[in-house]
Amino acid sequence: MGNKLIQIGRRLAQALPSVFGVIVISFVLTRALPGDPAVYFAGDMADKESIEQVRQSLGLDKSWVEQFTIYVRNLVNGDWGTSLSTGRPVTEELLRRLPASLELTLIGLGLAILVAIPLGVLAATRPDSWIDHLCRVMVTAGVSLPTFFTGLFLVYIFYYLLGWSPSPLGRLSIVYLSPPHVTGFYTIDSLLAGDRETFVASIAQLILPAATLGLFALAPIARMTRAAMLGALASDFIRTARANGLSNRVVLVTYAFRNAALPVLTTLGMVFSFLLGANVLVEKVFSWPGIGSFAIQALVASDYAAVQGFVLAMALLFVCVNLFIDVLLTMVDPRVGLDE
Amino acid sequence: MQRRNFLKTFGVAAGASMIPFLRYLPAEAAGPSDTLVVVSGHGINSLDLHRKGTNRPSYQVTVNIYDRLVRFGVKKLADGSLAYDSTKIEPEVAESWAISEDGKSLTFKINPKAKFWDGTPVTAHDVKWSFDRAVSLGGFPFVQMKAGSMTKPEQFVAVDDMTFRIDIPAPSKLTLPDLAVPIPFIINSKLVKKHVTEKDPWGTEYLHKNPAGSGAYKLARWDPGQQFVYERNEDWALGPQPGVKRVIVREVPSAATRRALTERGDADLYMNVPAKDSKEFKDGGKLTVSGAPIDNCLHVLALNLKHKPFDNVKVRQAVAYALPYKDIVSAAAYGRGVPMFGGKNMTPADVMWPQPFPYDTDLDKAKALLAEAGFKDGFETTLSFNLGLADWQEPTALLIQESLSKIGIKTKLDKIPGANWRTAALVEKRLPMHLENFGGWLNYPDYYFFWAYKFGHLFNSSNYKNPEIEKLVDDTLHMQVTDPMYAANVKKMIAIAFEDVPRIPLYQPYLDSAMQKNVSGYASWFHRQLDVRSISKG
Repeated sequence: MGNKLIQIGRRLAQALPSVFGVIVISFVLTRALPGDPAVYFAGDMADKESIEQVRQSLGLDKSWVEQFTIYVRNLVNGDWGTSLSTGRPVTEELLRRLPASLELTLIGLGLAILVAIPLGVLAATRPDSWIDHLCRVMVTAGVSLPTFFTGLFLVYIFYYLLGWSPSPLGRLSIVYLSPPHVTGFYTIDSLLAGDRETFVASIAQLILPAATLGLFALAPIARMTRAAMLGALASDFIRTARANGLSNRVVLVTYAFRNAALPVLTTLGMVFSFLLGANVLVEKVFSWPGIGSFAIQALVASDYAAVQGFVLAMALLFVCVNLFIDVLLTMVDPRVGLDE
Repeated sequence: MQRRNFLKTFGVAAGASMIPFLRYLPAEAAGPSDTLVVVSGHGINSLDLHRKGTNRPSYQVTVNIYDRLVRFGVKKLADGSLAYDSTKIEPEVAESWAISEDGKSLTFKINPKAKFWDGTPVTAHDVKWSFDRAVSLGGFPFVQMKAGSMTKPEQFVAVDDMTFRIDIPAPSKLTLPDLAVPIPFIINSKLVKKHVTEKDPWGTEYLHKNPAGSGAYKLARWDPGQQFVYERNEDWALGPQPGVKRVIVREVPSAATRRALTERGDADLYMNVPAKDSKEFKDGGKLTVSGAPIDNCLHVLALNLKHKPFDNVKVRQAVAYALPYKDIVSAAAYGRGVPMFGGKNMTPADVMWPQPFPYDTDLDKAKALLAEAGFKDGFETTLSFNLGLADWQEPTALLIQESLSKIGIKTKLDKIPGANWRTAALVEKRLPMHLENFGGWLNYPDYYFFWAYKFGHLFNSSNYKNPEIEKLVDDTLHMQVTDPMYAANVKKMIAIAFEDVPRIPLYQPYLDSAMQKNVSGYASWFHRQLDVRSISKG
């Protein structure tokens, strides 16, 4: 176990250069954007003079190198800067919004896994049957339907026409108040507070956006499961297992699926990180107060610290998720090491 | 704010009456008659309008939770909609005021009934501190105060506790109305002074997150990125008691979702409805659509004189004759625009502003003018528009592109993201042909000309320069409307704008809001924000 911890530590150290690279690139890219924050924040009727005044007070009159050293020094001290448009520290903004995005993404991903993996496995075991065709249709739909369309479509059917779903107004309907903050996940926090009503309400708000995300995430997972299972089922060890008279269940679950799980897990890691950033459109349709909508607002306002903070947070999250998946892989398959 | 703090804010005594709100509001018609649910496309980012970077939607917080010395009255329009009345100025914190003989000082008597939320009376010292703050923090508040000839703290004098005086260098008609715009709001200075630091003498950190006012509503809750809640101030005595007890403003970024919420009855009021939805709501008949043309605001096609051939007045007039005005009003504004074309005379009959320009779609005339200018075969240019306002600018630009091609002017469309728009169009003024939508808060034609026709001024994105306009605007800007020269000067300005057309008006836009049938009292304001004080439900 101690050995594994050292390996994990080494992996983290390996991630440092890439994180630094992300910091440099996000810094340069935000400044390369054509928007001018000084003009934007000087306000509606500002003249040249007040724009210059704002530029100075934001420190944007300094050279890029100077700005960058200040930025890195602050980062080392744990200060990610202050978002200009909200006037609050970037870390505070991200921490407040991250749970909303994570909760939605995790549940969306969970739904996708619940559907996609059985679907992929069944499609692989019965190629060209109706279930294989269903898998194909779902995958094509998931890939080709833009999320905002799926989202609006679901809202139209289940909220507007049928009235089954609560109003698409973010994490909780107007009549409820957010549960006391513990984890920031409303479902968990409401359970911790013993408030079943709020729990049910927050689940009700989650269903449509999570289904929208799930449909989108389903495609790569189902495809990867199907392909990996097909590959595994065609392998020699499966033939051997069958020849030895093992039951179909054991062959499928213990031998085929365990081997197929490696590429599926890797895909899951990718899909997760991808979903976190990509759910901005879903957030928009469902008024979800997540980090995606925060990043877009920041981008529109050329809010440098906020954009850089968002990119950095995503990079860190990406590193963590990848590490987590890698550790998980070593547990699934002893052949995989962390050191290669 | 978490549930516990929320309850604390409202006081434990209020706990019992809070239960319905905490647990359940009947879903239909968005709840009981004392709660109004508003959906809005953008959230607020600050409670302090004087702060740098405070966005437009945040102005409404200032309007509702703070008081000003004076306010504008409200009038009824022909179609029954209500709108603010720029000609009527009513007392708010000031119970009366007097203007000195020479017009250079305004003295206000403070209403003893004006009380901050903590029960302390509003004094002239609070007013002075707030006004000092407005001119000292720079940026937009400073510019807006300057429009009313107020630039330095020395101009504001607290004569005694209940008397406040403003000294201005020269008499101006703009000073008094400028006190009714959102900027000069009155802050509880004693409260804020407890939170100021040496680096932050005006308490910007504190007021950014904490309200300190005397207004008809208090801010009960603010969840950034989600919602904020107003709670009625039961002790407010500066006007009729507002009709709703609690107002919940939810941030709903998607227009389609806002529309669904309103049609389903889960939202009571939908602020600032796009023209297309507004037309369909109107035709549907289930909702009330209330709106008024925005005073002193025009959607225009601006031609940049720095770029040839727009320096040639004949070319500009040719473009003005080649625009498909009717199609723009019906297809881009969905009829929610006052036509600004088809005027009869090259000289205006009156000082009304805006008024229709003497142009109409006439391709033969346009071709003839182009030929006269030496561009018989037309020319090529780019037409830029702001992606942030794509809902009307994109269809408008397409219609213009098509129509101009008929007289040989080939245009390339150039979409500019909202963040870059100000820099490109207004600050650098480098776009040859572009759509622009300036509206002046103070409803005087000369005020519009000051911003949009004077050389170098922010909204003169055409780089238009005319010594006669410069002089006329300077002479007229502070003149009383009763001055005999006023009408003559304004007519001259408008005549020059007719003739020179650096900005070709397309239409005057409407500001529309949709609401359930049981909501009444909604009025359109020049600041384009929701003033909930006049609204009732039931």
